[in-house]
Amino acid sequence: MTLRVGVLALQGDFDAHCRAVERAGAAARLVRTAAELDAVDGLILPGGESTTMLTLLREERLFEPLREFGRRRPIFGTCAGAILLAREVSHPQQESLELMDIAVERNAYGRQLNSHVARIQPEEEFLRRTGGGELETVFIRAPVIRRAGEAVKVLARYRGDPVLVEQGLHLAATFHPELTEDNRVHRLFLAKL
Amino acid sequence: MRYLDEEFRVKVGLAEMLKGGVIMDVTNAEQAVIAEKAGAAAVMALERVPADIRKEGGVARMAPVRKIREIMEAVSIPVMAKCRIGHFVEARILEALEVDYIDESEVLTPADEEHHVDKRAFRVPFVCGARNLGEALRRIAEGAAMIRTKGEAGSGNVVEAVRHMRAIQREIRQLTVLGKEELAAEAKRLQAPLELVEYVAEHGKLPVPNFSAGGIATPADAALVMQLGAEAVFVGSGIFKSEDPEARARAIVKAVTYYNDPQKLLEASEELGMGMPGLDVSKLQESELLQTRGW
Repeated sequence: MTLRVGVLALQGDFDAHCRAVERAGAAARLVRTAAELDAVDGLILPGGESTTMLTLLREERLFEPLREFGRRRPIFGTCAGAILLAREVSHPQQESLELMDIAVERNAYGRQLNSHVARIQPEEEFLRRTGGGELETVFIRAPVIRRAGEAVKVLARYRGDPVLVEQGLHLAATFHPELTEDNRVHRLFLAKL
Repeated sequence: MRYLDEEFRVKVGLAEMLKGGVIMDVTNAEQAVIAEKAGAAAVMALERVPADIRKEGGVARMAPVRKIREIMEAVSIPVMAKCRIGHFVEARILEALEVDYIDESEVLTPADEEHHVDKRAFRVPFVCGARNLGEALRRIAEGAAMIRTKGEAGSGNVVEAVRHMRAIQREIRQLTVLGKEELAAEAKRLQAPLELVEYVAEHGKLPVPNFSAGGIATPADAALVMQLGAEAVFVGSGIFKSEDPEARARAIVKAVTYYNDPQKLLEASEELGMGMPGLDVSKLQESELLQTRGW
């Protein structure tokens, strides 16, 4: 059966994620309603503004269905998506799905002038599972994972902080693999479905 | 392509994050907080909204630094600010202030009637207005990392935003069916670099996100420009010149997300109060138009 990969399309770079999923060899479909959420095997929470997504999740009554989805199915969050997955969010403090035991500080590198591209050497486990060498990471007004609980596996670090983490079904990146040609992080997620 | 180096990708990256969102004009911290709570993806800090600039006249300049800073401190979403066309010193000040995006905008009184800012010389990204494909590509050649169609700011009338979005989409489609040997003549006609014309012909889209602005006043207006191909929407006077800004802001955010869902658009259009009073753009004098500023 073909995998049905959903991309939450309330706001943000969901189109870039769809193209990345397609490059990784699966079909993507946009998710904007609870019914559409029911019809996918896994979900990507894209980059964008977490406050905008939270507002829409609440107003469209998608917050609880999404949390419930996360108890059964894999979710992969990038940047704003990682913020939504976190147990704790600071700068400023805000509500989240609390599906991963991480504490995230928003806009922790500063404003847009501090956005940048870096090349990092991922952890052995990442390389074992995906192959290849260093990873190009695009940070856009990115958050920093200040704490990762014991159940959280760190798959890549940058300047000492975790930037790609996994816990059970879920995966979170503070950078944007969807904005590069390298689709290893997406393939890693697809392998979890 | 030389336009798409690493620094440029980072600039375009933020525009990618704003897609499917609403960027709202605000004139103080209180409005910025209302915008953020309503779900704005970013705010544009300015001294007066376009409708007031139009009414009060005089020279419209970059917003006071104190005011922009107050807005930056009040919200966690990106903050943009406008500089006058060609006013590279206002732009340097905004960059030093660390705003997230600069709008080199026809809404302010131009500082230079021949030259736009050399936007490649800046680390902060720029958005510029355009009415057609040639204008969009000239701005991208100068370094703009996001294009917004100009529409007619402060008019509350979506007709010009529609005209400009349709023009750009039509011209893009036309390029995709031309033979390679025809593109040089087309670049000449568009007054745009051949390299960018070739990119558009090959990809069927601009190399940067294309948003819509200028006259969007209702959820239906916002969904209309989205259906015509806008990737996000700027709303200026439409929100804070309406009867209930908070409700309207929420409704427009919802309409941009669900632009293709008539049932959701119906929900977004209920209980909105009065919109801003609009202008018949065809009755404006040529000199009253903001969209003809820039080339």
